[in-house]
Amino acid sequence: MKSKLVAAVAAFSAAMAETALAAPGQPVDWQIRFQDAASGIMEQIIAFEIYTLWFIIPITLLVLALLAYVIVRFRQSANPVPSRTSHNTMIEVVWTLAPVFILLFLAFPSFNLLTAQYTPPPADITLKATGYQWYWGFEYQGEDDSELSFDSLMLADADRADAGKEDLADYPRLLAVDNEVVVPVGKTVRVLVTAADVIHAFALPSFGVKMDAVPGRLNETWFNATREGLYYGQCSELCGKDHAYMPIAIRVVSEEQYNTWFAAAADDLEGANQNLMAAIAADAKSVDVAANSAE
Amino acid sequence: MAGTAAAHDHHDHKPQGFVRRWMYSTNHKDIGTLYLIFAIIAGVIGGLLSVAMRAELQEPGIQIFHGLASMVYGFEGDSAIDGGKHMYNVFTTAHGLIMIFFMVMPALIGGFANWMVPIMIGAPDMAFPRMNNISFWLLPPAFLLLLLSMFVEGPAGSYGTGGGWTIYPPLSTSGQPGPAMDFAILSLHIAGASSILGAINFITTILNMRAPGMTLHKMPLFAWSVLVTAFLLLLSLPVLAGGITMLLTDRNFGTTFFAPEGGGDPILFQHLFWFFGHPEVYILILPAFGIVSHIVSTFSRKPIFGYLGMAYAMVAIGAVGFIVWAHHMYTVGLSLNTQRYFVFATMVIAVPTGIKIFSWIATMWGGSLSMRTPMLWAIGFIFLFTVGGVTGVQLANAGLDRAFHDTYYVVAHFHYVLSLGAVFGIFAGWYYWFPKMFGYMYSPFIARTHFWVTFIGVNLVFFPQHFLGLAGMPRRYIDYPDAFAGWNAISSYGSYISGVGVLIFLYGVWEAFRGKRVAGDNPWGEGATTLEWQLSSPPPYHQWEKLPHIR
Repeated sequence: MKSKLVAAVAAFSAAMAETALAAPGQPVDWQIRFQDAASGIMEQIIAFEIYTLWFIIPITLLVLALLAYVIVRFRQSANPVPSRTSHNTMIEVVWTLAPVFILLFLAFPSFNLLTAQYTPPPADITLKATGYQWYWGFEYQGEDDSELSFDSLMLADADRADAGKEDLADYPRLLAVDNEVVVPVGKTVRVLVTAADVIHAFALPSFGVKMDAVPGRLNETWFNATREGLYYGQCSELCGKDHAYMPIAIRVVSEEQYNTWFAAAADDLEGANQNLMAAIAADAKSVDVAANSAE
Repeated sequence: MAGTAAAHDHHDHKPQGFVRRWMYSTNHKDIGTLYLIFAIIAGVIGGLLSVAMRAELQEPGIQIFHGLASMVYGFEGDSAIDGGKHMYNVFTTAHGLIMIFFMVMPALIGGFANWMVPIMIGAPDMAFPRMNNISFWLLPPAFLLLLLSMFVEGPAGSYGTGGGWTIYPPLSTSGQPGPAMDFAILSLHIAGASSILGAINFITTILNMRAPGMTLHKMPLFAWSVLVTAFLLLLSLPVLAGGITMLLTDRNFGTTFFAPEGGGDPILFQHLFWFFGHPEVYILILPAFGIVSHIVSTFSRKPIFGYLGMAYAMVAIGAVGFIVWAHHMYTVGLSLNTQRYFVFATMVIAVPTGIKIFSWIATMWGGSLSMRTPMLWAIGFIFLFTVGGVTGVQLANAGLDRAFHDTYYVVAHFHYVLSLGAVFGIFAGWYYWFPKMFGYMYSPFIARTHFWVTFIGVNLVFFPQHFLGLAGMPRRYIDYPDAFAGWNAISSYGSYISGVGVLIFLYGVWEAFRGKRVAGDNPWGEGATTLEWQLSSPPPYHQWEKLPHIR
């Protein structure tokens, strides 16, 4: 009996782990909620959003219920003689003060969330993102002054085969790019955001990051990815005709894979990306084998 | 008897001839009618733009805009795709500007306020009747300039201004060097001048021309809402005018107010724009608040609950509305403390707004409700505005707005308060005052069908957009990842249903004028207590020659 329960729990958690692994850093069909969090900040954003729903849905339902009640209870046939009440100081004070308290309940966690977003831990990696019409440029500043910079353009359909990115589930239309940003899991990445022509916005929903890229300004944001995977965002400030065609793709990998990639990327970005994709595919295969043998 | 009638006609001083009556008009009711006709035309055009956008977004990929671009601008081959992408941005821009400046504002302020405020406060006309004329007649050229802008060059090789209604530089300066943006800026200048003149007129009329005994604290709430709105217009529009003038000189005369390479700052424009833009959204909604108050009171046969609270809630919304502008700019790189302040100030607005919602319900409470057409629209307004209001409370939180900013969640929010709020307010006012303004009663069946079709349609359009926003779909996108296809299709179907609603509305208007069912002076019964219901329907050309007595 006990062993059955343990097995059930194990199966359940395995299923959960699987969905967590499969959880995409991109929207899914008929999605009605936020994308799954892949950073601590996004987890806090999701929690706070759910928290606000506990206030706003009951308030909306209350208004709806009150409207329905008055429509039925005080319809002309049910209540032919209207009252002449036009004041009730007590109730007016109540419905002025009650929202104040509700707002206080919202304000405290809201300020905590905002403060958390603006209190980054010390940065492990600094990445500069520059918005252009209509692509992103990225620069890494490594230790010992090593530098790496590349442009990231939306993947053209014609290039899919050459890039080995034919799988639309991993590399969706309008989201896949030629060169992904690669960062290590569990490290704090500081992102300096600017633009070279018009305003763009660097956004990555799974990380809870959105920062305008403004010419002449260097804005700073940060994230610390909690899971490996491929995460997508899109330019989030109107920037002209191809506004919808300059996605942001960030590949979160193990520190070891990141180091290998970074060392190779400065000389041969394409080769480094291919090797990284191969390494990730090999890892995934070995995980599958392990899972199968465990069964 | 015939003699007295003739004498009465003569006494009317109604100008003879179409040009004298309508072009040279100084009569607030005639000008109000002109404004309403103008708003209907602009609303149909703005609505067509939105249906075209929804048709484009019904499926992923580019479906119709490359075809539209080659049809309208004569693009050929692959350049039609690029032309179509820009054309989509032109449509979003024009839709926003038209609906705000040429539909909602002319309908609520120029139309209903012009018609009803002088009557309600017991004044014979507006304080400056000739200025009223120029206020209106500035609008058609402004509208024409905006429409013309769609057919002149914007960015190199494309037509029209596609910077969004917020026209942020540098996209609106170096990003679109062609004259289209200059046309749009000039259009806003003229529309703004028109509104400033109108605002001066309303403030003067309301402060100086109330009938004896009508103190401010006895004034109907619609007049209150227009007074507050007029002050918002007067204080905010000059800031917009300044901002877009700087944009104009940046574009044409080598200044660098917003160009970092010359020491300027693009964010400065955003501050100037939203210092106007946020009061502007209250300008759009406050008159609707006033209309809904009248309707709720009329059809509950009960005086407004908490009249003073209602009036001063609007004053508070107007005042606080001036100090919350940067909540539109949480992601531009504001400092932590600045964001904290704007979160706090924005949340404060929920309090007077809550007072209004609850006071409307309390007005109905204990009343004797007749669910006639205007009441249907007013109750629809209250509920839908609440939905838009509570998502506004969410968006006020900078930490949460990080995820929502520039997504469809924002689009859903502001359409719930404006498209479903202000527009429901406009239709409520239309069905409430139509018999008064034109003397005929519309068909309640057509009007109710219009309500239900519109109600279902707009909710189908905008409710799924909450989901799209949560899932991360950015706004102002002509194309989207395939995962967003489902809700986009639903939203587009809703848009077609809403379009049918507009057709039903237009048919209802035509049917009412054809049917010529005489409405009578007061079709709404004893609940309609404001002064306009003491006059004939339509009211005499000059009313209150004998000033009304205010108890």
